[in-house]
Amino acid sequence: MTHFQNDLICLTLAEAKKALSQKEISSVELTEAYLGAIACNRHLNAYILETAELALEKARESDQRLAKGEARPLEGLPLAIKDLFCTEGVQTTAGSHILEGFKPPYESTVTHNLKNAGSVFLGKTNMDEFAMGSANITSYYGNVINPWKRRDGKDLTPGGSSGGSAAAVAAGLALAATGTDTGGSIRQPAAFSGIVGLKPTYGRCSRWGIVAFASSLDQAGPMTRDVRDAALMLEVMASYDPKDSTSSSQNVPCFEKAISKGVKGLKVGIPKEYQLEGMPDDIMKLWEKGAQWLKEAGAQIIEISLPHTKYSLPTYYVLAPAEASSNLARYDGVRYGLRVPGKTLDDLYENTRSEGFGVEVQRRVLIGTYVLSAGYYDAYYLKAQKVRKLIAQDFELAFQKVDVILTPTTPSAAFAIDEKPTDPVVMYLNDVLTVPANLAGLPGLSVPAGLSKEGLPLGLQLLGPAFDENVLFRAGWVLEEAAAFKSFLER
Amino acid sequence: MSLDQETIKRIATLARLKLNDDRMSSMQQDLNHILHFIDQLNEVETSHVEPMAGVNTPSMPFRKDVVNDGDRVAKIMENAPEVACNMFVVPKVVE
Repeated sequence: MTHFQNDLICLTLAEAKKALSQKEISSVELTEAYLGAIACNRHLNAYILETAELALEKARESDQRLAKGEARPLEGLPLAIKDLFCTEGVQTTAGSHILEGFKPPYESTVTHNLKNAGSVFLGKTNMDEFAMGSANITSYYGNVINPWKRRDGKDLTPGGSSGGSAAAVAAGLALAATGTDTGGSIRQPAAFSGIVGLKPTYGRCSRWGIVAFASSLDQAGPMTRDVRDAALMLEVMASYDPKDSTSSSQNVPCFEKAISKGVKGLKVGIPKEYQLEGMPDDIMKLWEKGAQWLKEAGAQIIEISLPHTKYSLPTYYVLAPAEASSNLARYDGVRYGLRVPGKTLDDLYENTRSEGFGVEVQRRVLIGTYVLSAGYYDAYYLKAQKVRKLIAQDFELAFQKVDVILTPTTPSAAFAIDEKPTDPVVMYLNDVLTVPANLAGLPGLSVPAGLSKEGLPLGLQLLGPAFDENVLFRAGWVLEEAAAFKSFLER
Repeated sequence: MSLDQETIKRIATLARLKLNDDRMSSMQQDLNHILHFIDQLNEVETSHVEPMAGVNTPSMPFRKDVVNDGDRVAKIMENAPEVACNMFVVPKVVE
């Protein structure tokens, strides 16, 4: 493990912002420090594409603006962008062979917002192919390695699908990063890598220009060093966008202001159904500790019930593949991306898609096609949509009694890449605690809160009512202060 | 519910995927594991439940029926594997 010793890469987004505005450092210095760290840590495979020249060009522009006192909210701050966000003129692959070499002629709304706020993009981060995976082992561009190590020294997964973003933020290869979360793809890798990850309320960030996986579940969010940084990033990423008909016109509040408001008088729900059979001791203990920390800060702890929790994963594995099979129909080898020739048009489609999609993507496209096919639609797809309603209702009822819900983020710590389960269903269980929030469209925040027996990071998850990210920032900040978690860079 | 290989071939054709025989048996096993897992949903009583297609979007927004984008032929063709006369080239479809 090569450590790139540099104080600059240990700063939080908020600290770097302050240092830039007080002219203690320049954006070029900061960007160069990150580019240096990236170059020393290529074995982690966190980036699919590094955009060093573009980054330095933007950093120089930012330094001019800073000098003139025209700084925008994220002026000169170097970020990593998950390779699911279309970036104009810069290769966007979604981790897939089928999009290798694709240079979008337009910019996603979220990255447009981040650029407009003055941030500097260091490159595009690795991810599970089309965001389908929980270990970053389905990328065409290779596995991502978690910077954390267990005592046996084996290479660990950073989680997925936003595994490259998580590893980059944890290892100091970006100040913060964007992720997307369809079933846990921000929160699970954040927990595995010891960083903060936020899935906002569905509709908070525009999906326009994000390569679509499951449109009714996908949501972009920040992956950061701490809770304050997540608030700063979300404020810029979130916006109403007429180009996404599901984007919300609700006001985007100043999230940073919520952070220090504390949790006095808040009611915190502990859902008994999240106590899974065989859940490791260290995770159960951390969960109890989390509840204790919130209680000591003045919150009231209340046991609640979310009775349909156990049906969340099976519901997800009907709906997400169904939406994916329809969204991925566009990859045809005709208009963009990979083309594998064939004698007939159908041959061309089949050859292109069979060579261009990896095994996990093909599995999900097949399941999705099956559950939507004539004769099975009602039994699978419609049934899952009904159970989804029951899951959402569970949360509606719970939020009549409590303000926020506390759970662990994952049922285990990071596992070794060579221990990956061979049964896809066992792999899917990684997301058992994160998927319900996607089905109900609710915001969820993962905060690093402690270590497993093997010395690996564990996260606590906070779930809030729709459009109340503020309550997550309030409770998340209290957990962060109490846990005093030491990040990978601080060790 | 279990899928036989013939059904999987039919789905693969619908999805425009080619499944060679060497991949068929492992794919069949995986798909049946997943379907078996999904079958749990049959335990849930849903006869009086409305299906839910999305969240937080009480109604679809409307916009004026006017052209607000266009004239981007070059950009649209930019990433195409094969182009002729501003058109995408595909194998012959009509005899």
